[in-house]
Amino acid sequence: MGDRIYLDHAATTYTKPEVLEEMLPYFTENYGNPSSVHSFGREARKAMDLARERTARALHTDPGNIFFTGSGTEADNWAVKGAALANRKKGNHIITTSIEHHAVLHTCRYLERNGFEVTYLAVDKYGLVDAEQVRNAITDQTILISVMTANNEIGTIQPIREIGTIAKEKGILFHTDAVQAIGSVPIDVEEMNIDLLSLSAHKFYGPKGIGALYMRKGVKVQQILHGGAQERNRRAGTENLPAIVGLGKAIELAVQDIPGHNARLEALRDRLITGILSTVEHTRLNGHPERRLPGNVNFSFEFIEGEALLLSLDIKGIAGSSGSACTSGSLDPSHVLLAIGLPHEIAHGSLRLTLGENNTEEEVDYVLEVLPQVVQKLREMSPLFNQQKGGLEYV
Amino acid sequence: MYSEKVMDHFINPRNVGEIENPDGVGEVGNARCGDIMKVFLKIENDVIVDVKFKTFGCGAAIATSSMSTELIKGKTIDEALAVTNKTVAESLDGLPPVKMHCSVLAEEAIKAAIEDYRKKQREK
Ligand SMILES: Cc1ncc(COP(=O)(O)O)c(C=O)c1O
Ligand code: FES
Repeated sequence: MGDRIYLDHAATTYTKPEVLEEMLPYFTENYGNPSSVHSFGREARKAMDLARERTARALHTDPGNIFFTGSGTEADNWAVKGAALANRKKGNHIITTSIEHHAVLHTCRYLERNGFEVTYLAVDKYGLVDAEQVRNAITDQTILISVMTANNEIGTIQPIREIGTIAKEKGILFHTDAVQAIGSVPIDVEEMNIDLLSLSAHKFYGPKGIGALYMRKGVKVQQILHGGAQERNRRAGTENLPAIVGLGKAIELAVQDIPGHNARLEALRDRLITGILSTVEHTRLNGHPERRLPGNVNFSFEFIEGEALLLSLDIKGIAGSSGSACTSGSLDPSHVLLAIGLPHEIAHGSLRLTLGENNTEEEVDYVLEVLPQVVQKLREMSPLFNQQKGGLEYV
Repeated sequence: MYSEKVMDHFINPRNVGEIENPDGVGEVGNARCGDIMKVFLKIENDVIVDVKFKTFGCGAAIATSSMSTELIKGKTIDEALAVTNKTVAESLDGLPPVKMHCSVLAEEAIKAAIEDYRKKQREK
């Protein structure tokens, strides 16, 4: 066990050494531009083709349907704006959920300001979207459904297959933000009737600043970045080749053994959840008890605030994150925690711990030892805690 | 993002707790993010002889609670009323701009506690 424990893999992961190793020559030796005709360019093109093939294989589709982007955010923007603009003549209605990542939500808000109508579906207390609700929200104006595969804060996994079936039946485009799901949720875009899918390498042990959009052949999506003829004339800008190579290697590794990866993380996750819930009173697990990402743990500790909790844990060498208002630049609590019905004070005491491939049982046990003490110390400082316990000592 | 002084007061907050039979109590909530601070005062001859606090809030809220109670301890009521959130922030070597509102919580809680004391005095 090192001197620090990283439990924020939903924010970003480290880059695996074998991924980095494949990337390095593309900075210094094979630095050609994939669009160039000479041998430098051809080598670069070959590496890019391989990365595209690996990405396509991971999603069970053809390389021709994979387009590299500068981030998961760009892939989401492209999918949602591009599909909306390209299908404007058919209608102006988009269906999404209230718990999407801001990359989708703020894009939808932008479209609303530009004449589109958006339905933000509510979720249940576990953060689950009901596929039938999606069906009921469809109007003759609906042109796009965008529902994330798995949520980044509470880890809830959505019924994507069911939603895909409904979208196909109604002839409406279906986009899913799979940024958090790659490597944990098996994806087959054909079987699951997905038309558009966003992913981002830094969530599955690849480099930051590189993503991809899967677009089913034939779907109408407008170009967002105009310029050169890169990405078959769909996305301009010289390709970030080292990062693309990294994405390709990382996604190949990520889907190699999903059941094994999940079993290992779920064991750690459940040890953490059970350990905390059984020792710390006035604590709840946010998100779905079963339908959740294997690495995701999200608690709310009543009577305390998340930023104070993060700082205290950081001092003890534990890195996590929180949806508390005090940790957000906007001073608003997380929209996801509010959407699952948490009152402001309970959202305040939220703590997200997301496990990764390098975490160990020993590290989880250290958290189980430290976290209850930290919560206890902050509760003793809290005016709410004493009121609640009527001055009684908390054991 | 926080200064060493803020971290020091966050890790080892001074004057945490409650006072039994306090001469003044003030509790205020922060409209910005929903945090709460409660201040207890023991006052003799208009001098704050003891002060304790409880805070439900972020690192900056806890550190400013701690620092402001230190600044008013042993001071007269008028001196305590002159302590502003800016004084508290400066004593902590500054706060990030987004955290300035947290220091208002401490100032207001102390003012409320003194107001409570004065009200009780008038009722005597
Ligand atoms: C669900 C989800 N969508 C989109 C993004 C944005 O990805 P990126 O950081 O690559 O822009 C993230 C990551 O922050 C995410 O968790
Ligand atoms: S108390 Fe909420 S940001 Fe400081």
